[in-house]
Order: sequence, then C-alpha cells, then structure tokens
Amino acid sequence: MTRHETLDLRKAKIAGGVATDRRHDSAHKHVTGEAVYIDDMAEPAGTLHAYLGLSEVAHGTIRALDLKEVGSAPGVVAVLTAKDVPGVNDISPAGLHDEPILAEGEVQFLGQPVFTVIAETREAARRACRLAKVEYEEKPALIDIAEVEPQGARLVTKPLTLSRGEAAEAITAAPRRLKGRMRVGGQDHFYLEGQIAFALPGEDMDVTVHSSTQHPSEVQHMVAHALGVPSHAVTVEVRRMGGGFGGKETQANLFAAIAAIAAKRTGRPVKIRPDRDDDMTATGKRHDFLIDYDIGFDEEGTILGVDLTYAARCGFSADLSGPVTDRALFHCDNAYFYPAVRAVSAPLYTNTVSNTAFRGFGGPQGMLGAERIIDEVAFALGKDPLEIRKRNFYGNGTRNVTPYHQKVDDNVVHRIVSEVEKSADYAARRRAIAAFNAKSEIVKRGIALTPVKFGISFTATHFNQAGALVHVYTDGSVHLNHGGTEMGQGLYVKVAQVVAEEFQIDIDQVKITATTTGKVPNTSATAASSGSDLNGMAAQNGARQIKNRLIDFAAEQYGVPKEQIEFLPNRVRVGNQEILFVELVKQAYMARVQLSAAGFYKTPKIHWDRDSGRGRPFYYFAYGAACAEVSIDTLTGEYMVERVDILHETGKSLNPAIDLGQIEGGFIQGVGWLTTEELVWDGKGRLTTHAPSTYKIPLASDRPKVFNVTLADWAENAEPTVHRSKAVGEPPFMLAMSVLHALSDAVASVVDHKLCPRLDAPATPERVLMAVERLRAEMGA
Amino acid sequence: MTAIRSEIRFLLNGRKVALAEVGPDQTLLDFLRLDRRLTGTKEGCAEGDCGACTVLVGRLSGGGLVYEGVNACIRFLASLDGCHVVTVEHLKRADGSLHPVQQALVDYHGSQCGFCTPGFVMSLYALWMREPQPTDRAIEKALQGNLCRCTGYESIVRAARAVSSYGEAGADPLAGERETIIAGLKAMRDGARVEIGRGRERLVIPAGVDDLAAVLEAEPDATIVAGATDVGLWVTKFMRDIALVVFIGGLEELRTVSEKDRGLTIGAGVSYSEALPHLAARIPALGPLIDRVGGEQVRNMGTIGGNIANGSPIGDMPPPLITLGATLTLRQGRKRRTIPLEDFFIAYGKQDRRPGEFVEAVHVPLPDAGTHFAAWKVSKRRDEDITAVLGAFNLKLDADGKVAEARIAYGGMAATPKRAAGVEAGLIGKPWTAATVERAMAAYEHDFTPISDMRASAAYRMLAAKNLLKRFFLETSGAGGPLQVSRDEAA
Repeated sequence: MTRHETLDLRKAKIAGGVATDRRHDSAHKHVTGEAVYIDDMAEPAGTLHAYLGLSEVAHGTIRALDLKEVGSAPGVVAVLTAKDVPGVNDISPAGLHDEPILAEGEVQFLGQPVFTVIAETREAARRACRLAKVEYEEKPALIDIAEVEPQGARLVTKPLTLSRGEAAEAITAAPRRLKGRMRVGGQDHFYLEGQIAFALPGEDMDVTVHSSTQHPSEVQHMVAHALGVPSHAVTVEVRRMGGGFGGKETQANLFAAIAAIAAKRTGRPVKIRPDRDDDMTATGKRHDFLIDYDIGFDEEGTILGVDLTYAARCGFSADLSGPVTDRALFHCDNAYFYPAVRAVSAPLYTNTVSNTAFRGFGGPQGMLGAERIIDEVAFALGKDPLEIRKRNFYGNGTRNVTPYHQKVDDNVVHRIVSEVEKSADYAARRRAIAAFNAKSEIVKRGIALTPVKFGISFTATHFNQAGALVHVYTDGSVHLNHGGTEMGQGLYVKVAQVVAEEFQIDIDQVKITATTTGKVPNTSATAASSGSDLNGMAAQNGARQIKNRLIDFAAEQYGVPKEQIEFLPNRVRVGNQEILFVELVKQAYMARVQLSAAGFYKTPKIHWDRDSGRGRPFYYFAYGAACAEVSIDTLTGEYMVERVDILHETGKSLNPAIDLGQIEGGFIQGVGWLTTEELVWDGKGRLTTHAPSTYKIPLASDRPKVFNVTLADWAENAEPTVHRSKAVGEPPFMLAMSVLHALSDAVASVVDHKLCPRLDAPATPERVLMAVERLRAEMGA
Repeated sequence: MTAIRSEIRFLLNGRKVALAEVGPDQTLLDFLRLDRRLTGTKEGCAEGDCGACTVLVGRLSGGGLVYEGVNACIRFLASLDGCHVVTVEHLKRADGSLHPVQQALVDYHGSQCGFCTPGFVMSLYALWMREPQPTDRAIEKALQGNLCRCTGYESIVRAARAVSSYGEAGADPLAGERETIIAGLKAMRDGARVEIGRGRERLVIPAGVDDLAAVLEAEPDATIVAGATDVGLWVTKFMRDIALVVFIGGLEELRTVSEKDRGLTIGAGVSYSEALPHLAARIPALGPLIDRVGGEQVRNMGTIGGNIANGSPIGDMPPPLITLGATLTLRQGRKRRTIPLEDFFIAYGKQDRRPGEFVEAVHVPLPDAGTHFAAWKVSKRRDEDITAVLGAFNLKLDADGKVAEARIAYGGMAATPKRAAGVEAGLIGKPWTAATVERAMAAYEHDFTPISDMRASAAYRMLAAKNLLKRFFLETSGAGGPLQVSRDEAA
C-alpha cells in the first residue's frame, strides 16, 4: 500500500496534503493483522514474563508475606517485592511520593500490586501468583464518596476554588433558588489492547522499554527513578497503542517499571501483560463525582449566581486527580455565563484504585453539573431546557468572562446550536414527541439539544510544548518523528500531512516512525486533545527550517530572489524554471546543506495562576452541539437512542475523515459513560465489574438508529494553530450529554414535565425505571 | 473396541496440522499466538466478550461445510479436531491485495487503533459469506460479539454495507477451495476416539455418543465440554484444573434437531445458532430472545444443552423452556431417564445429574394455537449481556376468558431458574384482567427473594419481574402505543 507512485509533474495538488480525507496510515495493516502491537513483537530467546500479585483487601497492614511456594513453583525465575526496587519505589506522576510500584507494609486498595513473579512463561508466572500467602491486618476502608463528609475529609491533593463576583449574595438575592446533588459515575477506559510493557536489558545501565503509553517521556523518567539510573540510560519506544483514551497517560508507568526492574535483575528480556480482569482492577479510571449545587435565577430563567462543589473519588493517591478536578471546575460553566460563581473541588482520598485521566479529563463531569443546573431552572419554570440554555449562553463582547477570568472571545455556540436546532427540526419533533407520548402508555420519547464548549491546552502551562525531528534523505524521502503517540486517533497521519504540505511532496514520501525518547526528548503526554496542535506545529517548524535552508541555497545557487522560489507539488519553482524536489535536495546535499532539523513549538498566550484562580489557561475553545431523541420503556427502564444530529467544529480540519471518526467514536464512548457503563464496588472494595462480561461498553446495536454527524465547514480557528485547525480528541465526547438529557426528558414525560427527573449517571435501565417510579410517587404525594 | 488415536488433526489456513501434544485446557488463541506466531488474532478479554480473537471455524455439517466465527480465546484447541481454522492471515491475496472486507474497512475508515480490527474483519467475513447484501440489523447482529472502543461503529457499519461492491462472495477463496477442504476434512474422519495425555491430565474426544457414554462411565468426574463458552472461563479466568476433559462439541449425533408429536427434540450439542431457525420457526417469541444471548461467536459455540447442564440461575433458555413444559433426557451408560426440566435444577450449583450421566437432549413441546407465550430478557446493555431478569410466560385462557393454565418462570430472581408458583396460583381460574394481574402481583414477594449484584438491585429485579407480567398482560389485551422499545422499527 505504500508503493511509490510515479511522480506526476504537472499535478496541481500533492497526495495527502492538509484538509484532505486521508486514511489512517496503518489502516491496511490493521485489517490484515500485520500492525504490530507490543504483544505481537517477536520475543528474543530467553524472554521472561512477569505477573503481578495483587492485594486482596482494600486497606490494611501486611503482617506476613510468605512467597516461598511462589518462588519454588514450576518455571519461576524470581519473585520481587518492594525491597527489590533498586531505585525509588514510587511512580507518582504528581511527584508526591504517594504511589509505590509495589506496596510496602501497607495496602490501600484491593488490587494494589504487592509482589511480582518472573517466570519462563506468562502462564507459569500467573499461576505462581496464586500460591502467595499474605496476611493482612485489615483497617477500615473508605470506598464510596457518598459516605464521606467533605468538610475535613482527607484529600489526595490541594483543592481549587474558582470565584468571580459574590455568589452567595447573588443566590440569596435571586428571585428563585434551588439546591441539589448530582451523582456522576466513573468509567473504565476499556482500551482493547490492555496494559503491556516489554523491557530489553542493554549494556551498562541501559534498558529499552516498549511500552503501550501515551507518555513515553514520563515512562522514561519513572523507569530511571525506579532503577536509580540517569534518564539517558532508558529508552522508551511506542509505535502504536491499541487504544489509550487517557488510560495510558500515567497507568503505563507501573508495568514499564516492573518490566525494566525485572529485565535488569535477570539480564533477560521481560514482558508483562495483565489479564483484562487484573488490568481493570489494578489501573485507574475516570473519576466519579458528587456535585452539590446551590443556584439563584430569575423568573425568565437567567442564572444569577451558582455555588458548586465537585467532590471526586480519587482513590488512594493523587495521580492526576489535581488537574482532573481542576478541569472539572474549568468546565462547570460549559457554554453558560454565570454572573456570580463560586466553584470548589474536593479531591477525596478513598481506598480504591487511583483514578486517572480519561478523555475530557474532568471536563465532562464539570459540564454535567452545568447541564443539571439548566434542567433544574427549566423544570422549575416550566420551560423547555433549550430555551434556558440559549438564554444563558456566553455573549459576544458582553457576558463573556469565565469563572477563571478568561474571556471567551471565539464564541460560535449560538451559530452551532441554531444550525442543529434547524437541521434536527427540533421544535417540530418536540411537538411530535408530545403527541406520541400522550397516546403511548408504556413507551415514552424524549429529546434534548445540548452544547459543548471545551477549553484546549494543558492547564499546566509548561506541558504545552512539543518537539519533532525531520530528516530529508538524498532521494527526497522524509523521515518524520515527533513526541506524540499514536493510539488510533490518527495523529501520525495528520502530522505527516502537515509535513507533506510543507514540502509539497506526496505523503508516501514521508515515513512516519515510532515515537521514541531517543529522538525527541522531554515530551508531554499525548493528551488534552493537544496531539496535532502541538506536534503538528513542531513538525511544521522542523520542516520549515529545512525548507528555508533549501530556499536560501536555491536563491544563491540559481541567483534568484527568495520570493521567486516556490514549492509546488513534488517540485520547486526557482525563478523561471521548475526542478524536482529530489533534485534540489540532492544539489543541496552536494553543497553541504544540513537536511535535518529538530522542530519545536510552544503554545503562545496562555498563562494560569492557580492560587488566584485567574489567567488564560486555554488557547482557544472547541464547540459543538448534539440533538438526541430516545425512547424509554417505562416498565423496564430499557431504552433506545432513536436519532442523533451533531454539528461539531474542528476549525479548518486537517483531515475531515479522521475528525469525523473522532466525533462519532467520542460521542458513542460518551453515551456508554452516561448509560450502560457502570462501575460497581462491593462493600469490601472489590470492583465487581472487572471484565466485559460485567462492564458494558456500547455495541454496534447501541448506535443511534439515525446518526447525522456534520463538521462545520465554515469553521476556522481564530488563533493561528496548525493550518487553523482545532483539537478534536476530547470535545465530541461531551456531545453525549444530549442522550442523558433526552432520557431525562422522556422520564419527565410521565409527570407531564412537572418535576425535574434529576436523572443521575450512568442512566442504566435500572436508574431510568427508578426515576420513573420516583417521579410518579412524588407526583402522587 | 473403539480405535484410539493419540493426536488431533485439523486444517489451519488450508494446511494440515497434526498435534500429539495438546493440553486438555490449551486454548486455540494461545496455540495461534504462542506456538504458530499468528499474531493477527488478538487477546482483548480472554472471556469471549470482546471478539478481538475472532477466527472462523469450518466444520462438516450434513455433508456440507459451514464456516462460523468463534472466540479463539475460550475455544479449546482439542475441540478443533476435524475442523478448518481460518485466521485473519489467510485473507490477503497472494498478490498482496486486500480481501473485499479488508479493503472496505480501509476505505471507509473502519479502523482507528486497529486492535479490534482483525476480529471485525473475521465477523464481517462470516457475514458476507452467508449474507452478501446484509441489512443494517443483520450487520449489527453479526457484530454483537465484537467490541470497538474507538470508532463508535458507524464507519465499520458503512464498510459492512459496502463489502459486496468490492467483490463477490462466490469468488472468495474459501468458496473456491470448498471441495478440497471438504475432502480434506472427510479424510481426517477415522471414527476413532481421540485420547491425549495421561491419567487425569488427559483429554478425550469420544468416537460417538455410545463411546461418550462409555467414557463417562469410566470417568464419571470428567469435565464435559460442549461449546466451552462457560468452561473456557474456568480456565482463562479462574485457572481451574478441568482435566480430565471430554469434548462433545464435535459429536454429530448430538447436533440434531428433530420434530415429532408437536415437539422439538434438541440434541445436547446443538448450538444456539443451529437451534435458532428451528425454534424461531415454531415458537416465534424465542427468536428475538436468542438474538440477545451472547454475541454471534458465543451463539456459534454455546449449546442449549450446555446452558441447561451448567445450572446457571441466569441461563437464558431454562425459564422459557420450563414454561413450555420441556423435559430433559439424561443418559448414563445405556440407561436413559427423562425428567421435567424444572426438576433438574435443585439448588445453586446443584443439578440432578448423577455421576457419569450426561444431558443427551431436551424435548420442547410446541405451544398450541390458543396459547399465549412470551419470553423477555432485561439486561443493562441490550445485546451481548448477561440477564438481570428474564421472564417467560405461557398462558391458556378458557372460553370465558379465564386463565385455564399458567406457567411462569424467571431467571435472575433466585438461585435457580424458578417458577412463579404463587403468581400462577393467583391467576389460574381468574378472569384475565388488569385487576387479576394486579392482585397476583403480591405473590411475587413470596415466590422470589432476588439478590442485589453488579447487574441489578433486588428492588429493580422485583419491579422489572412484576412489570414483565404487566407487559405480558398488555400484549395479550392491547394497550395504547408500543409495548417495548425496538431496534427493528425506524426512528
């Protein structure tokens, strides 16, 4: 599929430039099974396998750890405990030293790694783990955050307060006031390829780790700390992941560290791949939240003041809970202007797995709070929630300051929402649904149209930098490398398109290579939707450096002004003549022009002062809206998503086909989060939904029956991002709020929309049925 | 004396494989990935739920050759004796060009991370071979056993609709080499019993049903494996030692469905997929129910006999079969006994199966013309989920509109599939009216004490169970508007 085509010297456009539908660079290997994931790599002779022994209690002291039988089991080569970690026994990404690789003395959640078995086969290692005799002195365990009194509760990290205006006064003075609480569930990533690492010991202190990670640099640093060696001794490589979604931003550290320690200890290659059940038990998930709201509004439905508390189940360590709960607050407004606001986070310590990044990174939970507020106001006033939404949208020029004092100056939410309202025929369908519901005794329908405004940039400003490495070889082909990782989102192909566009060469001339810490150092995680914004710009910068050198060279060589040199498809116009790109490259090489460059980019304009809660944490916002219609069965709570209409903007899209896939996929993943994906811990702190048999992500038959997704073709980033495109990874996820609110609307129909259903998430059939029953009971009372 | 063979033989991507070293619990997936390094087939969950390990298994059936998608992760290698295993590596043409299913997925952007993709390719391949122009519902059903976390499926469905525009199913290599494969598989049939291993660490593939009876008489504690959709997890998840294992999935004598005296007899080795057309034709309400049992791969492997024999309180077939008055034939040696199905379930994990005995067949009386019958499953996710509550209803009214007979059974409401005896009693002899149904509701609290677990709370189970009776009443008496949400009707 990557056969070189004959160069067409007259063609007007290169193949695979920006703003074209280009298939995923590995698509042809995905479908044949030839795409190599870490577990598919050929294993060198002598490869060993590691397996983790996990804690059986949620909280306790390890009184005795008897691993004699484990060590003497067939095939076992070594057994490791905390004392075998040669460097620092910690992988806290927050630098808080609160997350041991292997537990020391105490366990803080059921499923925490306690020891590691290294054996000749994975099967032998896994079986041997079961022979451990561990005695715990159990301590009281804090599992559910509903049991926690936020005042004085133990936190895993410093909370954040956002404040603008006098919220308490505004609420008290408002004509209407309401209080309530919303519960929002967590979510398992369910990347199809589970966590995995494969470490190959090298000379001296060296080790190379193949890790399924979104953050190779962090894995490199963690492995170096764990081994007690400098970072230069550790090389981390990632060709591709079988899905990440945030679940491999920090969660890969554990497995990479274990594999590296085991490899250096035994001098043999070591692979570690947990079973799905262990993966789900031992690695972090999306945070579940309890959102308490106290709001003031007027009779027309204008919100006057809000006071919000976002309490999150963070688990036993901080991990990324600080920035996740921060981002929840950054999105407590969604697209709505709060004249006076106070929002506080409570990152709560619990004896559960440490929750982590997941697409949206707290933003979705933050926005759900805003949408619940809209629902409350609408039901209190007997109005259509869409009317309340529109009334409270951020303005253009006025009413445009966020709770963190950043101005919204690229607002397109009005246009997007009005276009969806029209294309979905919202008003007529709402009337038709009311008529249907009046006649239909059991099945009820509901509809909702919800907007999304999502802030783009890492809120930790220093993460907003990226590097790339571009080589042009003398045959005109290009080697491209950058700090971003490929987890399926199409980052590699997008960045290759940018480079192809820059040089004006067909994309087949650009070789995309595996991300490795040896080529581009000190990278940020591929996260926060930033992949193509950051790495695209860095690669463009690298390519442009080489291009400028070629221009300088050609100007001198041919004696023409630089302005008369233009890169055309696969050729360069130099004055009045055209020469092949490859010819110019060859000539430049002969003239000793450097044909390699390290590109770099840092996002301009952004700054954030967490202590004062002020700044411009986001370079820009991404917008979208979705209208969903559902039907529910009021006897069982079962439902069906009948139709969804989405309009989403990705600026001037680098690759509309890839962006469409992100929107469709993000939306469905969001629907899963808000409907059937339910995490259940039992009283002992054991996750009982630890496999796809019990944890239900959407299937093809859960898609909307009618699914209209459109990219806003008029959109363009107000900021000079890479070809004026916008980030697309996370924002569409939150379009799924439309489904939760459509379900809520259908539930409300059983009481003629006289009561707010306060439907919590995930809205499983059980929650839907129980909400129907509750409303009927309240209405009767 | 039955001849004994000490190796298994099968075809792998068209080539003959003979293995003398096979573990009784060795999975097909491990064999493919570890022994053969055919790494296109992926492990996503190791429990038959995600479909990343989907391969096709071709087997002789009634003289023909049937290819079905199965989950290699929970399929035991030994059970492939006499089959043709086709993996994703077999699809690309010799000239390097892609198979129509593969090319469609590429062109319609049907892969993102790509890890689930080989499994989707195989499921869509199976669909294309049997239904080249599928409806959207057929595509969704074919993909019930395949999870994708990236695409939201829309692009995959677009590709599935287009496959036939890339090539004709008739021109497919598997169609072209059909006769060769049939001949190859027939040649492997030597009528011998297969035995590999020693002592308890042994696997046996009996030569036939009589041989099975003999094997089980000698080894009454053996683990009987039909489709392995449950036993597979004992190995991959619980690491239980299941040896000695007797594989019965390949016994054609147990894979028959026959109709006689207004009843269907379903052999213990009949898979859901094989039983579906027979059951759906004669008892239409069972069609949509079976569509919601597992995914396509599980229905291709899992058997109705196994669903009964393993005694699960949340098996989907026992409640409807109990209400239909099904009976079970158990065999031990030459002795057979036939018991009402409901009597088979004694307590949680305890069935009326004696040492050395095996389930041979289930007999399902067909409901009369005047009978009202329904069976509904309630689960968190509509498809490929395990039941929270399943209610089955079989009702006959007399000429006066009174309830003459009522058999009601539930799954998920007790430690076994269980009749709602009190509710039935509350209905029988009464006029079939809303008031009667309302009054009978009280009996549910006596009949059942459901548990709360990760699938549903006790309160929800109880309420949904009652409401299913309400739905049944409305279905027989009429109500305003639809009674259920539906995937089949247009939005």
